[in-house]
Amino acid sequence: MKFGVIVFPGSNCDHDAYHVVSKHIGQPVDFIWHKETDLSGYDAILIPGGFSYGDYLRAGALASFSPVMNAVKEFAANGGFVFGICNGFQILCEAGLLPGALMRNENLHFVCKHVNIRTENTNTPYTSELAEGSVLSMPIAHAEGNYVCDEETMNQLEENGQIVFRYCDAEGELSSDANPNGALSNIAGICNLDRNVIGMMPHPERACEELLGSNDGQDIFKSLAKAVEAAQPA
Amino acid sequence: MKAKVYVTLKPSVLDPQGKAIHHSIELLGHNQFADVRQGKYFEITLADAASNSEALAAVEKIAKDVLTNPIIEDYRVEIES
Repeated sequence: MKFGVIVFPGSNCDHDAYHVVSKHIGQPVDFIWHKETDLSGYDAILIPGGFSYGDYLRAGALASFSPVMNAVKEFAANGGFVFGICNGFQILCEAGLLPGALMRNENLHFVCKHVNIRTENTNTPYTSELAEGSVLSMPIAHAEGNYVCDEETMNQLEENGQIVFRYCDAEGELSSDANPNGALSNIAGICNLDRNVIGMMPHPERACEELLGSNDGQDIFKSLAKAVEAAQPA
Repeated sequence: MKAKVYVTLKPSVLDPQGKAIHHSIELLGHNQFADVRQGKYFEITLADAASNSEALAAVEKIAKDVLTNPIIEDYRVEIES
């Protein structure tokens, strides 16, 4: 089992992701520079948070054109696990690996705080260790997390169970007060149709230790490790 | 040869930045404006292009593939020879 964390100029949660995989999952992990073109030998790729290319043009746009993203597309098409967090989610949307787009937060603020998210689908490689409807506490830190898509895409996301996490209050109720960025339908995280690619704005890699205020993120990484294990050739 | 590319949010997409700018304009006492939408403007110099139509095709391609996120934005290209 081998994990890779992609590093773009401006990534700043790459070490957090690396730390969680090596310490909490206990698996080998490499940093992968954005100029790499070969991802063979990896089982799961993490696209970390940060401000790749300074968020120039649009958040995640320039990173989505970098050489490694062609390899990520091929890796995902072959069923590889791809996990985008925050800027990683923006990059996956810009690359067309996930539907929709992430716009400027409705209130225009950079929002940096702990939020609650509700697990909407446990039948994904990233949520199998979670209970349906369970509420997780983890931080967000972004200015462009306002998820939008057209009505047809929204219907498809709903029908296919692609909405994985929604912003909610501590009791798990959805409301506009619990929505930190104006995201459509309180969407905090979605997956692709095949469920091997996921993107989320909250940071589970920063919520894996009590010392940091929450360890609710651990089960997401444990789920992924289990899925990777199950996908290993016998 | 030069090209100008205007990228604007689709009419269906809310523009919180435009709204905030509109609000500030009103605070300054300018009440004759109904709405403000913010967009992006690019000035592009072509290294060499044989004709205006060639230049237009080349700029249209990057406007569509790079400068715009087609989910939320539209674009318009002008060529200056």
